[in-house]
Amino acid sequence: MKPVRKVEGRAIPFGRKNVDTDVIISAKWLKTISRDGLGEGAFEAVRAQEGNVFDDPEYAGAPILIAGDNFGCGSSREHAAWALDDMGVRAIIAPSFSDIFSSNAFKNGLLAIPLPQAAIDRLMEVAKTDPITVDMESMSVTTPFQDRFTFEMDPFRQQCLMDGLDEIDLTMAKSDAIEAHEKSVDSDQSWHKPVMA
Amino acid sequence: MTEAKTLYEKIWDAHVVDQRNDGTALIYIDRHLVHEVTSPQAFEGLRKAGRKVRRPDLTLAVPDHNLPTTARVDANGNKIPIADPQSAAQLEALEANAPAFGIKYIGASDREQGIVHVIGPEQGFTLPGTTLVCGDSHTAAHGALGALAFGIGTSEVEHVLATQTLQLSRSKSMEIRVEGLLGPGISPKDLILHIIGVIGAAGGTGHVIEYRGEVFEQMSIEGRLTVSNMSIEAGARAGLIAPDEKTFAYLKGRPMAPKGADWDAAVAYWKTLRSDDGARFDKSVTINAADVAPTVTWGTSPEDVIPVTGHVPAPESFTDPSKQDAARKSLDYMGLASGQALSDVAVENIFIGSCTNSRIEDLRAAAKILDGRKKAEGVKWAIVVPGSGLVKAQAEAEGLDKIFTASGFEWREPGCSACLGMNPDKVPAGERCASTSNRNFVGRQGPGARTHLMSPAMAAAAAVTGKLTDVRELIG
Ligand code: SF4
Repeated sequence: MKPVRKVEGRAIPFGRKNVDTDVIISAKWLKTISRDGLGEGAFEAVRAQEGNVFDDPEYAGAPILIAGDNFGCGSSREHAAWALDDMGVRAIIAPSFSDIFSSNAFKNGLLAIPLPQAAIDRLMEVAKTDPITVDMESMSVTTPFQDRFTFEMDPFRQQCLMDGLDEIDLTMAKSDAIEAHEKSVDSDQSWHKPVMA
Repeated sequence: MTEAKTLYEKIWDAHVVDQRNDGTALIYIDRHLVHEVTSPQAFEGLRKAGRKVRRPDLTLAVPDHNLPTTARVDANGNKIPIADPQSAAQLEALEANAPAFGIKYIGASDREQGIVHVIGPEQGFTLPGTTLVCGDSHTAAHGALGALAFGIGTSEVEHVLATQTLQLSRSKSMEIRVEGLLGPGISPKDLILHIIGVIGAAGGTGHVIEYRGEVFEQMSIEGRLTVSNMSIEAGARAGLIAPDEKTFAYLKGRPMAPKGADWDAAVAYWKTLRSDDGARFDKSVTINAADVAPTVTWGTSPEDVIPVTGHVPAPESFTDPSKQDAARKSLDYMGLASGQALSDVAVENIFIGSCTNSRIEDLRAAAKILDGRKKAEGVKWAIVVPGSGLVKAQAEAEGLDKIFTASGFEWREPGCSACLGMNPDKVPAGERCASTSNRNFVGRQGPGARTHLMSPAMAAAAAVTGKLTDVRELIG
């Protein structure tokens, strides 16, 4: 995974509460074979509406999304994180996230940044005209107008995101222990492997 | 004296690779079943990161979920292409990924092809005391053989492929003790539906269930698979039944099971796999087998069960206001009125299949009811979908296919079929289906489809009368 130390740029002022994963990517996109290309289906129903923020040229290529409470609720589909990533979003700022969504976001190197509603309200304003910066080192979100909001994150997750370590890397670092387990099974349980022709 | 342990604790402890101080552990995975729907992005992830599959020799791939169940090869033996381009792409991806990563692949038109959870036990891939995972929630089925088996998501599929482990937190343990034996005409499916009705669809949340009692000791392995399969519908992470002589007899001689001296060593180990006397469960529930009637679902949650002789409950009869609300919505979706006798409910579709009930004993039970009878006029669509090519061949050798087709059923190729609305086998909107599958969720068998879960014999009885029917009336 790519390390993420800082995300800087325009932010899409979406602001909606209870955005469920079906809104992020609808069920018809689930029969895919790749994580790539899902950006095309992201927020499809919202985009069908005239004047939506996602198709506003002002926010084209914006790496940050601002939303309301309980972002990513509903079905556990990991496709939601893949779709956001594929549309170029690197960080989502919202008052709260569903547990499954935050874990899926983390697994895919997306930042899910929790900030109080008052901070969200201010950032929604700034986003209309100016860029926003999310800094993982100082755990803060700043604007060109001296706003500074700090957020909290599990230190383990913070480190993994900053170093670009995914869960597989972390487990692979324990390959000695895995090998030791395999060796002991090989010697104690000769019957263990499936007989494959 | 060593501390008394549950079966779950024994299997868990034998698989800890690394214990973290936050209470989670890195657990070794002995068996991994892979199918076409939840694996493409996992293989893509491996490829992008330049990783290999750590233990292809512990991994088995087979397509099942969106494979059509109509003929797969034409009269000249040529493959018939899959019409839906996305299904076809998922199938092609698995066909290419398995050999590219050195994984044994059972192809769509191979004799051994079937639903992942049917072929695992059937091939002897599933063994007692092993940890087994698959990207499908009904992986719990394999617990019937005493394997710790559970469903995982795509990221976890990738993690297991790359490392053969998962970072997990230990579940709580729950004992479901069934006292007594089942009455005549009552099947394992009736028992598990009844159990889910008693403990609720969230009753097992955070737990691994161990099913205990004489009824399970007497039950065939196929019956145990039906029970354990639906553990997830009670919210549990997994189900377990301690392996015994029946388990060993079932596995002996299966293609992937141990042979010769290995077999003897395996059995000696498997015999240690039972909960010790005095082992402590976090939760215990006792069920009286005599209370179990032929059971069907009336709503859109698997906990919405009643005896087929009963009446649709009134939403006000539930104490919990949110359940009242859910019941109202369910009745509306299902097109049922409270107080209606279930035996008056007409069905237009019959589905006998799915990993819950598509093994040979299930087909025999259904065929026994259908023998010499015809499906009712009002039944428009009735299909039997064997769980695997081997089940299909066995059924044909016993002449069961003839009984099914003579009574007006279609005899299909193995796959998940109408268990989920992902392949061409769907129940039309607004119509009812007497189904032997495991989920009666809104839209599960197709948008607007109304599912009534039941046993194979009960689904056959419904086909004969065209209504939900107490099968005991037909066995007289
Ligand atoms: S039959 Fe249904 S529950 Fe079983 S594996 Fe297939 S889709 Fe899953």
